[in-house]
Amino acid sequence: MSNIHIDPLEKRWLWSIGGMLAVFWGVQIYFAAAENLHPPSNVETIDSAKLHLEGEFAEENLGVKKEADGSYTVTMVAARYGFYPQEIEVPANTPVKLRIASFDVLHGVHVPFSNMNTMVVPGYVSEVHTQFNTPGSFPMICNEYCGLGHDYMYSKLHVTAGKS
Amino acid sequence: MSITAEHAAGLAASSSRNGATAIQAYGNKLGLWNMWVAFAALALGLPMGLFQAAERSGFFPGIENTAVYFASTSTHGVLLAFVLTTFFTMGWGYHTMAHSVNKKPFFGWTGFWVSLIGTVMAAIPLLTGYASVLYTFYPPEMAHPSFYLGATLLVVGSWFWVADMIIAMTQWKKENPGKPVPVIMFMFTITALLWGWTSLGVAAESVFQLLPVAFGISPTIDVGLARTLFSWTLHAIVYFWLMPAYIAMYMIVPKEAGGKLFSDEFARIAFVLLFIFSVPIGFHHLYVDPQQAAGWKLLHMFGTFMVAVPTFITGFTVLASMEIAGRLRGGKGLFGWIGALDWNNPFVLAGGLALLMLTVGGWGGVLNASYTWDVMVHNTQWITGHFHLIFGGTTVIMYLAAAYWLWPKITGNQLFSRKMAVTQLWMYFVGMVVLTLPWHVLGIYGQPRRVSATDQYSAFPEYAQMWGLYEALMVAGAVLVVLSGFMFVYNLLMTHFNKTPEANTKVEYAAAIHEPMRLPNVLNSLSFWNWAMLAYMILSYGYPIVQFFFMEGHHTIPWGV
Repeated sequence: MSNIHIDPLEKRWLWSIGGMLAVFWGVQIYFAAAENLHPPSNVETIDSAKLHLEGEFAEENLGVKKEADGSYTVTMVAARYGFYPQEIEVPANTPVKLRIASFDVLHGVHVPFSNMNTMVVPGYVSEVHTQFNTPGSFPMICNEYCGLGHDYMYSKLHVTAGKS
Repeated sequence: MSITAEHAAGLAASSSRNGATAIQAYGNKLGLWNMWVAFAALALGLPMGLFQAAERSGFFPGIENTAVYFASTSTHGVLLAFVLTTFFTMGWGYHTMAHSVNKKPFFGWTGFWVSLIGTVMAAIPLLTGYASVLYTFYPPEMAHPSFYLGATLLVVGSWFWVADMIIAMTQWKKENPGKPVPVIMFMFTITALLWGWTSLGVAAESVFQLLPVAFGISPTIDVGLARTLFSWTLHAIVYFWLMPAYIAMYMIVPKEAGGKLFSDEFARIAFVLLFIFSVPIGFHHLYVDPQQAAGWKLLHMFGTFMVAVPTFITGFTVLASMEIAGRLRGGKGLFGWIGALDWNNPFVLAGGLALLMLTVGGWGGVLNASYTWDVMVHNTQWITGHFHLIFGGTTVIMYLAAAYWLWPKITGNQLFSRKMAVTQLWMYFVGMVVLTLPWHVLGIYGQPRRVSATDQYSAFPEYAQMWGLYEALMVAGAVLVVLSGFMFVYNLLMTHFNKTPEANTKVEYAAAIHEPMRLPNVLNSLSFWNWAMLAYMILSYGYPIVQFFFMEGHHTIPWGV
């Protein structure tokens, strides 16, 4: 590369870009390693066509469960055009694990102002680990187009004032 | 103006009004037809966007219709993201091939017709509501088979262009051993190679998954694999759209501003980096998808930040080139050169406005690359705001400027109204900013993208209150963008039939301050980067795709919309 022309100003700019990249990468590595922040990525398959027949996602097993360690597990099914159960309640400031599977097509779930956001892909189980810090009622919005009734697909999340 | 011998010879060799040689005339005609298709798509697609903004806002109950909204959204996306971009890039690419290396394409018209037939085949189900699956066509919702066939043909047609660009560059290099390929040709050819690699993902999805299901050959589909293949295409396609805009910034803006290109080599470095870092990083579209593991997402995130590097380089080089022009025009001091530039020149103006939008949109992109931020805004209106700012804003405004530059040179007719062009560019810029910045806010306030209404969340009235103002702004911005789009097409049409001849039809690109005499092979050839891409793709997409053939998967039946 000896025969290419690099202006001193360009050299300084390249160093600046390198510095910015180091910050971008550093922030991500820090939060992944120190704060254990990872995107929802559990790579777990399930037969969407048989969800309702038995097991974890059968109707009688859906909803909120308190675990022995004080955390909560929420099991939900996404199906045109709703999330089931349609209302859930969890305490604030408590670890919550949400496990969601689709009965039919692609869906997504987002609770505004939170990092509860995942795609729900038929054939796979989505799992999100989070906690809700603000008490109140929030919509859980389907955020991926799932058909002509998509607009109306949302359910309610109630975060109660729990331990602080 | 004196007529040189070369000029006279050129005129004598040509029967056309603009003094082009036979090869140039061929490239002009092919380029013009391709680009007219592109801008027809723009003229059809923009008003759909306005309809969607108005329908969605809830301010006009009379036009609310969910089925029409999603048919419109699907068509708007396909027309602007696929048809406008592909035909514009093919058109300007053919023009460049003729004018920079004097080559005639082998498959130009074949590619044009295949792509056009594909577009029509996709348009019919789109417009009749049989393909309301949005332009990302996420299965298992299935559209009419004609939609997938048409979209596939549009891509296949563009492969003829890819082959032609690579052949032309290879031939020129054989005839001119050791010489640097003209930088614009190098940039266009690497864009073509990028598109070849980019389109393989969606082509595989279409041929092996969507078409067999659409035609009833295969009863089920693995949605995880389909989304992974689509992510291969979904990010790099954005760079296929953006690279011609960058070419306009590097090759048109500095010269029209009255200066020179700050660096030929850095333009090439930016383009090879755009190439290598834009395809193997598609997982940032899958950050919150369950079918890929966190480690792969981390790897793709590092690459996603890397692709900011060529954009930083481009911003620097283009601004530095504009600064040179400003100083040559007498600008003094740290910022005096900005005022010294001719902002009534549409090319300078478009370059400046595009860089402004790129700065804001680019920082948004850096935020999105981080998955800790992405989960806050994934599939919210923030994302719509982000890509409209970078694509609709930065990219398309440079397409418009390139068209204002190309039309007089191709047709030999003077631009119908330069003043209207300047007004149009300002309106487009203001409209895009007023449209997209409120969308960013709406996204942070939790408003989802891809809904045809927002009043259904009435159980949560505080959201409607937060969103109202920004929705009003969105409609105002959309009105400005559409009006400005119509002004653009009107100006082009009037130029096409203008009787006043253009004085300067010579196609001249910006010259670098230091024109390189020799270049290292990596900045003058595609083969190193092609192999590097293969290695990087195997690393970043190998296991994530192969895993689907080994995991105990459960494929999904297709559904209608």
